[in-house]
Amino acid sequence: MEKMFMVKDGWLTITMPEEMDHHKAEEIREGADDYLLTGKVLHVIFDFSNTKFMDSSGIGVIAGRYKKVSCYGGKVVAAHANSRIRKIIMLSGLTDLIEIVD
Amino acid sequence: MVKQKEAWSNGWQMNQEEAANRMELRIMPLSENESFARVAVAAFMTQLDPTLEEVEDVKTAVSEAVTNSIIHGYENKGGDKPVIIEAYLTHRRIHIKIEDRGVGIDDIGRAMEPLFTTKPELERSGMGFAFMEAFMDELHVESKQGRGTVVYMSKQIGGQ
Ligand SMILES: Nc1ncnc2c1ncn2[C@@H]1O[C@H](COP(=O)(O)OP(=O)(O)O)[C@@H](O)[C@H]1O
Ligand SMILES: [Mg+2]
Repeated sequence: MEKMFMVKDGWLTITMPEEMDHHKAEEIREGADDYLLTGKVLHVIFDFSNTKFMDSSGIGVIAGRYKKVSCYGGKVVAAHANSRIRKIIMLSGLTDLIEIVD
Repeated sequence: MVKQKEAWSNGWQMNQEEAANRMELRIMPLSENESFARVAVAAFMTQLDPTLEEVEDVKTAVSEAVTNSIIHGYENKGGDKPVIIEAYLTHRRIHIKIEDRGVGIDDIGRAMEPLFTTKPELERSGMGFAFMEAFMDELHVESKQGRGTVVYMSKQIGGQ
């Protein structure tokens, strides 16, 4: 199993679960915020390499982290999202706030 | 209002009698059961030979409605009352009903607006109903405060 959280050079990388739903949301939110509170993290990358499913609970997790880092000038990136996850992100309107990369 | 409500549940009952197949699932309102519920409906609908995208659309919509029953209807408290997931298949269409006996919704129109949420402290995005609407062909919600909520959805499968 990969580690869910990794910090390097001010970037927190969160390895998103296979199924990003409400059941998983709390664990990710709390884990991520522990790292954000250390003050060593400015930007967040959500890595969707393993993710096959996401619903609006995942949107809440991304938007919540965006709110926290953007007030210090931090960025949020969604990486390796398949076409389904991209569609969900697009429909939510988050594409205006975060960057989507391969 | 009352008339339309009767029309919807009657329509559900009547059409169900002509269904080629149907299912019913009762789950305790626990977040662990969200993936079980959406995967069960997805497996049931394979009989209609859906595309991968159609399966994903239905999974997302079921996940949204079931999650709403668990966190809003039953306020994340679990308990003995169930979330009831029913589905039936007619020619090239899946019909889904998701019901809880929780707190209900006072203003359905407002609840269905994109980005509206009563639980921002839980980081809800307010996009649940918007996704159900986007991914299904039909969406109808009935609710009564203190009594519970029923979500009806349907989607044509294959042969577009
Ligand atoms: N089954 C339900 N029981 C009670 N209230 C509900 C139910 N489903 C939805 N709601 C209400 O409708 C609002 C909007 O739902 P939704 O679009 O899924 O957004 P979210 O779940 O992110 O709040 C919820 O915040 C809640 O107030
Ligand atoms: Mg919701």
